[in-house]
Amino acid sequence: MAYNFKEMMGKKERFTPGHRMCAGCGAPIAVRNVLRALKDEDKAVVTCATSCLEVSTFMYPYTSWEDSFIHNAFENAAATCSGVESAYRAMKKKGKIDDTYKFIAFGGDGGTYDIGFQSLSGAMERGHDMVYVCYDNGAYMNTGIQRSSATPQFADTTTTPSGTESPGKSQYRKDLAAIIAEHHVAYVGQTTFVQNMKDLHLKAEKAIYTEGPAFLNVMAPCPRGWRYDSPEIIDICKMAVETCYWPLFEVIDGKWILNYEPKQKLPIEDFLKSQGRFSHLFKPGNEKYIAQMQEEVDKRWEDLQFLCSRA
Amino acid sequence: MAIRDRLSGNEAIAKAMRQVCADVMPAYPITPSTELPQYFSSFVANGQTETVFVPVESEHSAMSACIGSEAAGARTMSATSSCGLAYMWEMLYVAASNRLPIALAVVNRALSGPININCDHSDAMGARDSGWIQIFAETNQEAYDNFVQAYRIAEHEDVKIPIMICQDGFITSHGVQNIELLEDDVVKNFVGEYNPTSWLLNPEHPEAVGPYTNPPYYMEAKYSQMVGMNNAKKVAVEVGAEFEKISGRKYGLFEEYKTEDADYIMVIMGSAAGTGKDTVDGLREQGVKAGLLKIRMFRPFPGEEIAQALKNAKVIACMDRTESYNSQDGPIGNDVKAALFNAGMAPKVLNYVYGLAGRDVTVESLGSVFEDMQEVDKSGNVGDTYRYLSLRG
Repeated sequence: MAYNFKEMMGKKERFTPGHRMCAGCGAPIAVRNVLRALKDEDKAVVTCATSCLEVSTFMYPYTSWEDSFIHNAFENAAATCSGVESAYRAMKKKGKIDDTYKFIAFGGDGGTYDIGFQSLSGAMERGHDMVYVCYDNGAYMNTGIQRSSATPQFADTTTTPSGTESPGKSQYRKDLAAIIAEHHVAYVGQTTFVQNMKDLHLKAEKAIYTEGPAFLNVMAPCPRGWRYDSPEIIDICKMAVETCYWPLFEVIDGKWILNYEPKQKLPIEDFLKSQGRFSHLFKPGNEKYIAQMQEEVDKRWEDLQFLCSRA
Repeated sequence: MAIRDRLSGNEAIAKAMRQVCADVMPAYPITPSTELPQYFSSFVANGQTETVFVPVESEHSAMSACIGSEAAGARTMSATSSCGLAYMWEMLYVAASNRLPIALAVVNRALSGPININCDHSDAMGARDSGWIQIFAETNQEAYDNFVQAYRIAEHEDVKIPIMICQDGFITSHGVQNIELLEDDVVKNFVGEYNPTSWLLNPEHPEAVGPYTNPPYYMEAKYSQMVGMNNAKKVAVEVGAEFEKISGRKYGLFEEYKTEDADYIMVIMGSAAGTGKDTVDGLREQGVKAGLLKIRMFRPFPGEEIAQALKNAKVIACMDRTESYNSQDGPIGNDVKAALFNAGMAPKVLNYVYGLAGRDVTVESLGSVFEDMQEVDKSGNVGDTYRYLSLRG
């Protein structure tokens, strides 16, 4: 599975320009790179949860999607995709269809970690041959930056505002990739926009072309919710990985594999400092919150290293 | 050659489900429709069907998967009851607005709360504005026959609307009755192949389903759904006539029982219509001009036709097996009165809430409704127009 950046970027787009997503948003970057992993000759049906991605890319009578596409509701992209995939199996069995189709669902963290969690868990457990891609921007951005169970601790959101009595969200974030891995699915990968998209591309390729249910968790920053300057998105992703806030790993048939270990693990501040949602943490007197965050990142990183060392 | 058998309503629907041979069936068990996914799973396990069964983790996912499957181009069906139908509620609207002709076997049961597993129509009535065709059955035979006709109505090019085939929980779903089944190939030929006009798995033309729809388009989409729904009346009558040719059994929008010269007509739906007919027979023997109108198709509501059928009645009693809390009538009472008003008619109309959560419906209890109608006729005083039947003192 060699990765040639130039060649990849030269592929015909299956997600076309002209949509209404913000400049500097991670979601369309995730989508384009996942779809690039499809072989040209293969067809796909894309399912999308209600989200910024859906309402900004498929507004009647326009669509940015070259492949067949279905939006159903907020909490049921996985169940919907499982229905499409079941239809494919049924029609294939009856000889009504010859072509090879792949089934890819996209949802934000709201539609995946929270309201769509049951639907996702059910579809993964049933073993449909599909890929669910969560573009994780760590809050309900479509409704205006409310906290989700993917929101990092101490982030300022509109339902966890930092104030005189609160340093932002009080809870840790849920580790969804690990939870889905515990479903014993065929493939789980966690990634973001680093290494010229190589890690994302290879994981998308494995997820799509491994038979059975697969899950990709893609950290996809949101300039409105994270409050960064749009061009900084790639640096922020890099810092998420270099600080071990967002490690790159995959789980294949129950085997945990660490895909990248920073030569020198950077302090969590390097990830936080360019984001407005954490600016309150840098005020005098709030050092303890950053220390607490560092502690949690360290603990999770050690846990992950342990899981990956069991091979 | 028709096959004579003795089956419960659920067994009968399961037979019909196997015979119509849909492509996909996502379903989640709930009393009293649980037997449908059970029977169907055993058909799959024993190689008696090609249908792909999807054992989803909830009714919400059942309807979500139905939408995905039907949109993909596969004929799709499911089954549910009560809270299961309520849990599907959000997705029912989406299925209808996407014009996906899914068939859903509804085994009517009271909605919680308080929780209760027995029959009433509160589940289906909760979904009456969702944009689905709703057809109700009096007997197991009707439940079977209605399911065989379902896709012909729903998939018709002038309709393209999902359809609920309703029967009464336990009363018909678990009660065993004599039944006449059609042969597999007769049903197969009658139902025919599903040929969608646009679908996701069309290799020649990618399809996009479920767009964000701004105000310039939303109302037109709803209007078009309304037109499709209205067309279902005409199509149901045509399909009913064709079905008569293969079965000898006649189906229309509703059934009139001794209404032609009736002074007192009961409008009722579901299994209690059978008890109502017995009641009418007894009253006729006593010389009372009693009649009964049994609604088969509740959505779309055949208002004009029903008003015509009621035009000579002196007093009408509308029987609602649900409470709708509008303080003046139930869903059937509401729709019948609107139909009469639109037809310029103003007869005396009583409205009863009856049989909630399996409360017994007997010849005596329905007989008391006809007594009330005669009393209103005699006194000229309609009194309380909204009444509860068989309420304990």
